[in-house]
Amino acid sequence: MNRENGVEEGFSDLLAFTIPSLEDVERLHRRLEESADEAEVLDVAYTTIDTPIGTLLLAATEKGLLRVAFEIEGLDSVLDDLARKVSPRILKSPKRLDAAAFEIDEYFERRRSTFDLALDFSLSSGFRQLVQQYLPRIVYGTTESYKGLAALVGKPKAIRAVGTACATNPLPIIVPCHRVLRTNGQLGGYLGGPAVKTSLLQLEGAA
Amino acid sequence: MDMKKPFERVVDEHSVTVLRVCRAVVGAHDAEDAWSETFLSALRTYPDLPDDANVEAWLVTIAHRKAIDIIRKQKRMDSSMTSASDRSSIPPTSSTPSSTNHELWDSMKSLPDKQRGAVAYHYLGGLPYLEVARILGGTTDAARRAAADGIRNLRKTYKDAESKGA
Repeated sequence: MNRENGVEEGFSDLLAFTIPSLEDVERLHRRLEESADEAEVLDVAYTTIDTPIGTLLLAATEKGLLRVAFEIEGLDSVLDDLARKVSPRILKSPKRLDAAAFEIDEYFERRRSTFDLALDFSLSSGFRQLVQQYLPRIVYGTTESYKGLAALVGKPKAIRAVGTACATNPLPIIVPCHRVLRTNGQLGGYLGGPAVKTSLLQLEGAA
Repeated sequence: MDMKKPFERVVDEHSVTVLRVCRAVVGAHDAEDAWSETFLSALRTYPDLPDDANVEAWLVTIAHRKAIDIIRKQKRMDSSMTSASDRSSIPPTSSTPSSTNHELWDSMKSLPDKQRGAVAYHYLGGLPYLEVARILGGTTDAARRAAADGIRNLRKTYKDAESKGA
């Protein structure tokens, strides 16, 4: 380093004392998570968890669990979507998802057949939300048809709309749209892919 | 891109830069408070930030305001303990353990506020002098001069400390 040649030369060495370690950055992030939650400005907290069917993204507002997303949905685009539809005040903050992560673990270990979590359905509305709210009544280990579900929610002719409601379920697994099949017993679509739908039904002993 | 990205990505992209700026301006000891207050305040008002805003400049501007508060507190504390012999030696945190870092911060601390700010916001914050001037007040040329003087003084005091065998 030539000290006399130009004042700007070597300034980065001179200011190297400011370079933080990864540990510093992580500690500050945790501190921000806590203070944001305390100040009630953490509109959406999220985390990712590993499960037998792959990585899941869990996101929650202060009201409850808002979104469960599969890796194939593209986790970045799911977060972009939440920023647009709910709020950009989003932080990775696992604490708010502790209970959900715990119950999902138990579910995959076959130690849980119903979920006991506060849910925030604000990503869906109208008839779709009505159908989604109904879904947890389809008991673990059983299945229902789109047609049967349409009748159960009092709109026997709205089979296609019921299908759309299932396909746009923001809380898969927790809200068990995987338990809804075609009338002929065919699998039907699934946001996480047909293999995941089959896995969940097998786990529950319904396939 | 007419939408706002999740704040987590803002933290991810600017966390290190803002922390470096804070360390350069208020020292390692108070930098974490400055960083935390900056990002909490930024998160609070993030939805109102115009989509085309320069996020880095916005964060550094907030950090500057937080730093002013902290420097004011540091000066009050310094003047209330003038009898203490080691008033300039703020102990480095565990994360900046070396005594070299400590000396560099001492050199940095001895700079006039404007020079220190100009060095931090331009060289560490990566802001053009136009933005630096907006934050510190004064003209773009004045900001450029303050940064150049700051670097020159920093190098001089640090070299002096080195040659004294410190």
